[in-house]
Amino acid sequence: MLKAMDFRDSPEEAAFRAELRGWLRENWTERQLRAGRPDVDFHRDWSRRLHKAGYVGLSWPAEYGGRGLSPTYQAIYYEETARAGAPGHLGVIGLNMAGPTIIAWGTGEQKARFLPPLLAGEEIWCQGFSEPGSGSDLAGARTRAVLDGDHWVVNGQKVWSSYAQVADWCILVVRTDPDAPKHQGLSYLLVDMHAPGVQVRPLRQITGDPEFNEIFFTDVRVPAGSILGQPGDGWRVAMTTLLHERGTLSFGLAAALQRQVDLLVELAGRPAPDGTVPARDPLVRDAIAREWVELQALRFTNYRMLSTLLRTGTPGPEGSIAKLVWSEANQRLGKLAVSLQGLAGALAGEDATSGGYWQYHQLRSRGNTIEAGTSEILRNITAERVLGLPRSR
Amino acid sequence: MDFAFSAEQELLRGSAREFLADQYPLERIAEIVDGDPGWPPQCWKQLADLGWLDTELDLLDHVVVFEETGYGLLPAPLFSTLALALPAVEHASGEFAGLRAEVTAGGLRLSLAWAQAGRPHGLRAAASSTVSVDGGGAVRGQTVLVPDATLVDAFVVATAAGLRLVRAADATVLPRDTADRSRRLADVTFDGAPSTPLVDTAGAPAVLAAIERRALVLAAAEALGVARRAIEIAVEHASTREQFGRPIGGYQAVSHQIVDAYAAVELARSVTYWAAWTVTDAADGGQPAGQVDAACSAAKSSAAEAAVLACERAIQVCGGVGFTWEHVLHRLYKRALWLELFAGHGREHRARIAEIVL
Repeated sequence: MLKAMDFRDSPEEAAFRAELRGWLRENWTERQLRAGRPDVDFHRDWSRRLHKAGYVGLSWPAEYGGRGLSPTYQAIYYEETARAGAPGHLGVIGLNMAGPTIIAWGTGEQKARFLPPLLAGEEIWCQGFSEPGSGSDLAGARTRAVLDGDHWVVNGQKVWSSYAQVADWCILVVRTDPDAPKHQGLSYLLVDMHAPGVQVRPLRQITGDPEFNEIFFTDVRVPAGSILGQPGDGWRVAMTTLLHERGTLSFGLAAALQRQVDLLVELAGRPAPDGTVPARDPLVRDAIAREWVELQALRFTNYRMLSTLLRTGTPGPEGSIAKLVWSEANQRLGKLAVSLQGLAGALAGEDATSGGYWQYHQLRSRGNTIEAGTSEILRNITAERVLGLPRSR
Repeated sequence: MDFAFSAEQELLRGSAREFLADQYPLERIAEIVDGDPGWPPQCWKQLADLGWLDTELDLLDHVVVFEETGYGLLPAPLFSTLALALPAVEHASGEFAGLRAEVTAGGLRLSLAWAQAGRPHGLRAAASSTVSVDGGGAVRGQTVLVPDATLVDAFVVATAAGLRLVRAADATVLPRDTADRSRRLADVTFDGAPSTPLVDTAGAPAVLAAIERRALVLAAAEALGVARRAIEIAVEHASTREQFGRPIGGYQAVSHQIVDAYAAVELARSVTYWAAWTVTDAADGGQPAGQVDAACSAAKSSAAEAAVLACERAIQVCGGVGFTWEHVLHRLYKRALWLELFAGHGREHRARIAEIVL
C-alpha cells in the first residue's frame, strides 16, 4: 500500500531549515543561560533582525506582510530557534494573538495601520483579558467602556498582562452593554498604551521577577473606530484570539521542552555535590526516560495536529491536550533538575548551578498550568468539545 | 512532513471496524472466549478474505488493523501470527519460501515459542535459547508462556540452532490459566519434534530484532484500541448515568479523570505511529538503529500504560457495575495488563531508552 506518512522534510522544507540554521549560527552566539526577565533592548533588536531576515510572519498571508508559507515552516522555525537556544520574538502577543485577530476581524484601515509595525517589531502588543474578578471566566469582565461622542471612555483594571510594561498597544476586552447577557455585552478594543489614564504596575511573581503587570484604565479615551468587529462582538473576537494563542503555541512549547530535556540530560551527567553521578541512578534514569517519551509524544502530537490542519483546514482534537500536557511535563522537569543538586539546589540566582537556571525554571513553571488557560479549564474544554461529555456548569 | 494515513489505510480501518462490529461485537466476545474452543475458528478464513494476511500490508497497515482488533478484543491468533512469527517465515528461503503464501491463504496460523522457564521472558532472551536441534532437525526442549498456542498450526521456535518451524501436532501444548481469556498462554514442549529450518544461527539475531520491533509496535497498536474502547465506555456511562439530578460526566471529578486517560492515549498514539514509521523507514536504511529501538520502546511502554490507565479510569467511572464480571470492562483491562507485561514492562523499556538517551 501507499505510504502516506513521512516525517522527513520535503526538499523545500529541508532547504528552509538549513538556511535558518545557517542564519542562526551567524547571528546568535549563545550567551550564558540567564534566569529572569528579558533584556528588553536586546530583545527589541533581536526581533528586528529576525524580521529583516524574513523569519517573522512566516505563515501570515503575503498581503499582510507575511511569507504565505504553510504552518510547517513556522514549526521548523520554532524547532530550530529552540535548538539553537535563541530567544523568540518580543512581540509574541502581537504575532500570535493580536495580529491574527486583526487579520480576521479588522477593517482594511486597521490592517494597514497595525500589521506592518507589528511584524517589524516596532510596536509591541499586550493582552488585556483577565481581571482581578474574572480570570478563567472571561465573559465576566467588568472593565467598562462607555461611548462619549466619537470616543469610548474606558475605566477598570486588567491583570496578568505580559509585556504591558513595554507594550505600545493592548487588545482589550471591555463591557460595553451591562444590561445584555454577559457574553453579549462585551466589545474588543485596540488601545494605545501611551494614552493618558493608562497606568502599568508590575506584579512581582514567585520568581522575584516582575514579568506580568496590572493595567489600570482611568477615563482612557479610545477612538470609536478602534474596535474589532461591532460593539457586542467582543466574546467572538476574543475566541479568535484564544484559538490562535493555543493553535500556534504548541510547536514552540515542544521545541522549548526539547531544549529543557537536553539540558537536563547534560546536568544529570555532571557529578552531584555528594560525588555521585545522577545519570547512573536507576530512578533518575527512569524519570528522564519518561520525560523523553513525553517529549516525543508531544512533538508528534503536534505533527499530527499540523497534518490534520493542512489536510482539513482545522486542527484535529488531538491538539487540545498539547498545552495541558506540556505544562505538567515542564513542571516535572524543573523539579527533577533541582532535585539532582542536593542542598545546593536551595541556592538561587548566580550562587546556584547554571546561574540559577533550574531554580528559576522550577518556580516559573508553576505558572504554566495557570496562564493561557488553566489546566482545569483545558480539561473542561477537552471533556466537553472533544469527548462530548455533559457541560460541567 | 506528513503525519496522516493514506486513503487506502483509512479504507482498511473503516472495513476492519465494520467487519468486527458486525461479526464479532464485543458483547459476543465474552461468550466466545469463555466457551469452547475459545475462539471463532471460522474467522480466520474471513480475515484472509479481507486481505489482512496479505504480503502487501506494511507495518503501518498492520497498526491500523491491530488497533481495531484490540478495540474489539478479537480472539484470534492474529497477533501471534503477524506480530511474532511472520518475520521468521518471511525469511525462509528455497524449498520453504512457500510458507508465506500458506499464511496469506489462511492455511497457516503461527505463534512464537521463545521463553524458557527460569529465564527472562523478554523477546531478547530468544537469542540465547537452550532448546536444542539434532543433526536430523529434531527439536528438544521446553518453552513457556507461548501466546495463543492452542489456536495455531505451527510454532516458530527459538533454538540454539536458529529459528525452526515445528508443527503443533508434533509438540505438547499445556494450556495455562490466563487472566486474559482472549489471549491465553501455554507451555509448549518439544520432544524430538521434526522441524523445518527458517533462519540459521547467524541470521537469527537480526530476525529476532525485527520480530521484537514489530511486536512492540503492534502491541502498542492493540493497546490503543483497548484504550479507545475503555474511554468510549466511560464517556457513554458518564453521559447517561445520573446522580444528584444530573449526568455524572458533568462533575469535573469524573470528567477530568477521563480527560487524563484520553490525553495519555493520544500521546501514545502519536508515539506509536512515529515508531511504526521509523521501523519502516529503517528497513529502507533511513533511521539509525538506536532511534528505532527507542521509538519502539517508547511506543510500547506509553501505549500499554495508557491502556491500563484508561481501563482503570473507566472501571472507576462506571462504579459498581464496571466492577462486575458481567461488564466487558474487565476483559479490556486484562488485555491491557497482558500487553503491559508482554515483551518488557514500561520500566524495562525506559531503562533501554535511558541507555540510548543518557
